[in-house]
Parts: sequence; C-alpha cells; structure tokens
Amino acid sequence: MVVEPVKLEAYKSEITPTWCPGCGDFAVLRGVHTALARLKIKSENVVISAGIGCSSNLPGFVNAYAFHGLHGRSLPIANGIKLANTDLTVIATGGDGDGYGIGLGHFIHSMRRNINITYIVMNNQIYGLTTGQASPTSERGMVTKSTPSGLLEVPVNPIALALISGATYVSRGFSGNPDHLSTTIENALSHKGFSLVDVLSPCVTYNKIQTYQWFRDRVYTLEDEEHDTNDLKQSMSKSYEWESKIPIGVFYKADKPTYDADEPALQDGPLVNQPLDTGKRIAEQLLEEFT
Amino acid sequence: MSKHEVVIRVGGAAGDGIASTGESFAKICSRSGLHLLAYNSYQSVIRGGFIYLQLRAGRDKILSHGNKVDFLIALNPLEFQRNIVDVVSGGAVLYNSDKIKPDPDKVPKGVTLCPLPVNEILKDIGRNPILQNTVALSSLVQLLDLDVNVMNAVIRDYFGKKKQSVMEINLKVIEAGYEYSKSNLPDFDFDLNPDYNTKRPVLTGNQALGFGSILAGCKFYCAYPMTPASSILHYLIAQSKKSGMVVKQAEDEISVINMAIGASFAGVRSMVGTSGGGFALMTEAIGLAGQTETPIVIINSMRGGPSTGLPTKTEQGDLFQAIGASQGDFPKVIIAPSTIEDCFYSTIEAFNLADQFQIPVIILSDLFLSEHMESIGNLDFNSTIERGEIVTSNDSDKLYRRFQYTDTGVSPRAFPGTSGTVFQASSDEHDDYGNIISDVFTDSETRIKIMLKRMRKMKFIAEQLPAAKLEGPADADLTIVSWGSTYNVVHEAIQILQNNSKSVNHLHIKYLIPLQKGIKEILSNSKDTLIIEANYTGQLSKLISMETGFQINHTLFKYDGEPFYPNQIIDKVEDLI
Repeated sequence: MVVEPVKLEAYKSEITPTWCPGCGDFAVLRGVHTALARLKIKSENVVISAGIGCSSNLPGFVNAYAFHGLHGRSLPIANGIKLANTDLTVIATGGDGDGYGIGLGHFIHSMRRNINITYIVMNNQIYGLTTGQASPTSERGMVTKSTPSGLLEVPVNPIALALISGATYVSRGFSGNPDHLSTTIENALSHKGFSLVDVLSPCVTYNKIQTYQWFRDRVYTLEDEEHDTNDLKQSMSKSYEWESKIPIGVFYKADKPTYDADEPALQDGPLVNQPLDTGKRIAEQLLEEFT
Repeated sequence: MSKHEVVIRVGGAAGDGIASTGESFAKICSRSGLHLLAYNSYQSVIRGGFIYLQLRAGRDKILSHGNKVDFLIALNPLEFQRNIVDVVSGGAVLYNSDKIKPDPDKVPKGVTLCPLPVNEILKDIGRNPILQNTVALSSLVQLLDLDVNVMNAVIRDYFGKKKQSVMEINLKVIEAGYEYSKSNLPDFDFDLNPDYNTKRPVLTGNQALGFGSILAGCKFYCAYPMTPASSILHYLIAQSKKSGMVVKQAEDEISVINMAIGASFAGVRSMVGTSGGGFALMTEAIGLAGQTETPIVIINSMRGGPSTGLPTKTEQGDLFQAIGASQGDFPKVIIAPSTIEDCFYSTIEAFNLADQFQIPVIILSDLFLSEHMESIGNLDFNSTIERGEIVTSNDSDKLYRRFQYTDTGVSPRAFPGTSGTVFQASSDEHDDYGNIISDVFTDSETRIKIMLKRMRKMKFIAEQLPAAKLEGPADADLTIVSWGSTYNVVHEAIQILQNNSKSVNHLHIKYLIPLQKGIKEILSNSKDTLIIEANYTGQLSKLISMETGFQINHTLFKYDGEPFYPNQIIDKVEDLI
C-alpha cells in the first residue's frame, strides 16, 4: 500500500501565529493541520470556532472557516453551526479559562447533547493573555498575579467532568508528544459524537511550575497500558491520576446516539439545504389551526 | 336598546381552569363570526393566587379588553367579592351557588345575581369540580343568545383528541347548563349579531411572531424558558416537523444567542426569544452579531422590571436596554410591533432587514401583546424572502473578502461549505478579509475604514424604513404619541373622544432604531402633545428628545403591570383639552 504524503501546507493559513516561542499551542496547531490532512477533509467543509484567549487565536492559523467569537462561547457557536449544517466538520477550540471557567456551563451541556463536534482545549493552567492570573485548572496553593497568597480553590478535573457529563470520546494530549497528539485529534475528528481533547499545553511565560519538563517526568500514554476505553469506571479512576503519574491518550470511547442524528427536524438532511418557502406552502394550514 | 358587544370576566385561582374556559369562549365567539380580544391577568404561581381572564366580543373589531364587565363568572368566593365591583349596572354575576353565598349588601346596585346550583344541575351527570366552568360557560352562551351547537363543536374539538368519555360528559353538562339557564335565569338584552358562516382566526402575539418566523423561512429558533416569551417556543416546537425548523431549548440565554449566531453564520435564518432578564444575558452576543455581521432576529417580550420584577405583568421598560445592548457602536434595528397582525408582518420584515444588512434586529413585544388573544382579519402570505447578496462560489485567484468595503456597507456573504470563500469571522476588530487587527499596533486606518463600512448601513436602513405617519385630523387639538402594544387601546380612546367632540390625532412609532423619519415635523406642527408609555421614565419620550430635540408636553406613564384601559387615556385627555 502506498501512503500518500501528508500535505500539511494546504491547511495552513497565511497568518503567522503570534504565540510566544515555545508555547504548547504550536503543537496543537500542528496536530489540527495534520489530522485534517490525514483525514483529507476539504478546507471548505471545516469550521473552527473559538473563544478568547491566546489559544483561541488558533482558528486564524488554519485554512478553514473560522468563527472567533466571545470569551467562553466557542461551544454554543459550534453547536449552532453543526445543527445548521451537519455536513460540516465542526471543531471548537479554546483555553482552560475559556472552556472550564467562563464557559463551563456550555461544556457540560454540549457533552450532555453528545453533539457530533470536537472540542480541543489548550489547558495551560493559567490565564496567559491577561498576563498570569489563576485559572480554573490552576493547582490549589498556586501563587499567581490574582492569588499572591496562594489559590484557595481546587482545580476543575475536565476529564472526570467529561466522563460524567455524557461525552463519548474523552482524551488528553500533551504538546510535548506531538505525534501522539495529532493521532488523538485525528481520532477525535473521526468519532461520531462529542469528543474532548484536553491538551496539556504549557505556558512558557506565566506558568513556571507545570513546564514541559514537569509533564515529561509524569506523563505516560494509556495506549501503552491495558486500559479498556469501554470501561467508564476504569476511565474514571484514571481521570484522577495526576500528582506523580499523568495519563494521556483516550480515557473513554463509546458509540451512543448523537443529538444531530436524532433531531426530528434534521431527518431530511442539513438545514442549510432545506427550502425557504416551506412556511408559505403550509401557511393556510397553520392559519386554519387558529380558528 | 340591545347591546352589540359584551365584556366577560372569569375570575378564580390558578388551577381553576380559567385559561381553558377563556379559550373555549374565544373559540365559540370566533366561530360565531365575532371579533374578540382576551387578556389574562395572572401571577407566577401554578396553584392559587388571583387570576382573571377578561374577554370582550362583538361584531366589530375589538381594540381593547374594555373597561367594565357585563358578565362575571366567579369561580370562588374571594374572586366573587374582588371582581364584582367592576361589573356594570345592568350586568350579572354567574357563580356556583353551592360554594358561594353572596352577601346581598355587597352587591352593587343594578347587578343581577345568577346563581348556578351546580350539584343539582349535574346530579345525573358527574361531580368533577372543573365541570362548574362548563356549566357557567353554557349558561353564558344561553344568556348571550349564541348557538349552543357551536359550543358543542368547540368542546368536541377540544376533547376529541383526548378522551371520548370526558367529551360526552361535557356535552351533557352543556345541555344541562343551557337548559337550566333558559328556564331559571332572566333575559339580558344582548344581540351580538353572530354570523355562523364566518370563522375568525384567533391568535396571541407570540403565536403571530412564531407564525411570521415560519413564513420568513426561519430554520433555527433557540430559547431558554422565560415568561412571557415561552409560548413562542411552545408554538414553534409544535410546528417543528411541518415547518422543518430546529427548535432548541438551551442551557441559558448566552448559549441561546450564540447558538443562533452559529446557525446563522452557517447559513440559516435564526431567531431567539426572551424577556428582559434573558435579553440582558444576550447583550454581549448582540454586539458579536453586529461585529461579525451575522444576521439574527431577537425577540424581547418585555415584562415588568427591574430584575425579576413583575414576571407575569406587562411593561414597556426595556427600550433603553435594547438601545444600549452591548458595548461599542454597531448597526442594528429595533422594531416594536403594534398589533397581533403587526407581530406577524414585523417578524418577516425583521428577517429581511437582518439579512439585507447583516445585522441584529430586535423586536420589542410585551407581555400584553405577546400573550393576549385576539381575532384577526386576513393575513397576507405573499411576502418575499430577501436574503441579500450571497456568494455561491469563488473560482477566481483572489481571496474572498468577506467584509469587503462597499458603498452601502453591506458585503456579499458566503456560508461554510462554499468553495473558494474560506474566511474568519471575528469578534476582534478585523480587516476586510476578516483577519484580526486587534493585535496590530494602532492600525487606526483599518479600524476607521471598517467602522465606517459597518456604520454606513444605518444610513441606508433609515432611508428604507417607512416615515412616521400621523393618523387623524392634522389640525387636532392634541397629538397622542405611543409605541408598541398600546396602538389599539389609544385608537379606541381616540374614537370615543372624537364622539365626545374632542379633536385628537395619533402618532404611533414602530421603528425605534433608527428612529423613523418625519417625527420632528409632525410634532412641531402639533398644537399640543401627550405621550403614553408603560414605563416609569418615559423612554420613548427621552429618545425622541435625544434624536430630534423635541420635548413632548404631557405624559401618561403606567407601570403597575396591567395594560392601559381606554378610560385611563380618555380621562387624561379630558384633563388636557
């Protein structure tokens, strides 16, 4: 079998990323380019939504439609795009502040829907663009600009949250392992249902604790273990590993009904392809119901 | 002289079946070729409280729910006392005499008591307490000399879908109630002049807004439950399979509007509906729609504010909230429909404006307009759908410029999935390609260019919207200015004032942003001016002053949560002229 070379270039936009040198988000961007190239999804059939933050600038660096919306709202935008046109590949992106802080409600509810979209969160455990305040995934005790005496809250556990909220592809990547990350994103895009890729994406400027080295000392891949991705309980217990050993890879994967497939009004195909004059054709019938 | 119009009121507690009694009577009237208008005054409780439904019917178009009551149906002793004061001399009270023992001293002069011994009437039929409503209604049909067969048909339709046995019991109850009334109650001189060959459609404002959106080709409606907008959601989901519209209840109003913006970005007409509190949560995204030039229709059905305020009462208190919704300057339109029919047409118009100019369009309804039922005339279904210029492919070597600088400020849209038009829509400031300039050190030239492009739309919108129109004699002694749901009640008051030789004309304003042309000219030529608004501060009055410099002389503001009654307007005018 001849393997065609991966044409990454086709998926790069003309804009040069503005991230700090060494930022973990570069590996995520490469992962998105690689996954799209491997899956050969046409650029014009991909939409990437994002919120606000360093990582939310990612869609601008991909040759695909992009909706760079409000802080925390990338998922509702992505939900709406998918419901309007189920033929599109829809990816939502953002950071931990965007998705697990201000947008946390949308995260949980999008997973409950098991809507067929992929959510990539560049999790650096700090607010970068606003110059270094505590984030929802910052460790308890962490000293930041907004927590000079140490953070008094425990971090959100996005993997555990995804497992209990109905996501059907729950995974974690690490920017220090770009090949594994690309494959994880590729499989997320192929999955039917809500897929989460939480990426350990170090902030080289504001997070001096969770550095590449800190993660390298702890990270191991679930694919190298005998982890059963069908086993929710085992996945749950893996999701709590953090201090000394941090798993990356797919925690959980399930084949379950998706919102977009079961929505009654989508049974005739994507909304964008439906005739505009349906209302006119049924107007008299609708009026009759009022008499 | 017999009366050709009747005002009935059904008073009771939540859970007493007032809404369904009112709805049944509305159907009886509409199928008797009568016009009607019904207003439901209620509170935010599922059981208990004090609620009433007031319905006015007659052969001519009905403009308000009236002032005083001809027939009161009292469903419990408390409501009997509370409401009897509103019954006119010559009117009557129908009540279950098994439960209510009136104090004769407390019955106003000229009001006839019509006791209904429900247990005795129903002795051979059944004992369900809710059947007292059917007894009262059938008695009312008899007293108004309406055809009892019409009521039978309405009840058959109502229960037909549910239970045959329940329907049959109700038909027996109707017969018993009707016969009892005929043999035992006095005659009242009403001739409503029914026409059984005419059926009039009866809609609420929310149904008309929803119906209009279906005609407009809306394919995505999103909402979070909130009184008084929820019945738009209920109507649209019931029609969803027929209309092919995705109707989505989301986790909060922030998600609601962002989902709708996402759907619109992907290419379908999208609408959201809420009330003031939910609208407040949507405001940031209204600016997003403006900035990304994504069309969207937003209905805010206003209720009494501030905060949770009066959840089940009406107000026109959100005009400034709508005007100020979201940070920064961006083009938008605010429309306030005036009647049920206007709710239908305004929604279609809102979608066309949103698409033509790629802007958010806000429709301001209120609880009274959204929830009251009214008979309407014919609706025109020949509206067109104007989607504006859409790029269906780009084969040229040139990159697609989504936000191309144009004379009108409107740039041809493209939807994801179109070849050669990949672009970024951004909440950040951007150039004509959609590339963000917010991180570029003071690119003031692009910023000014793109601001001018977007804001240029307002000039063309203002030109396209119809000019304000003065109704009534130009040389009247007083001009009444109003907006939104008060159109009909002001009209009725003016008719009565004219019959009393008062010369009054009417300036009703529908387009608030941009404010309709011609207002200053009309007001400057008026002898005197009075503005009527259901809010505390006179928000339209202030807007007119801001936009035109004209100060309106007199004000009638109401913020008790109830809609205006014709007499409140008449009394005010009679104080002035």
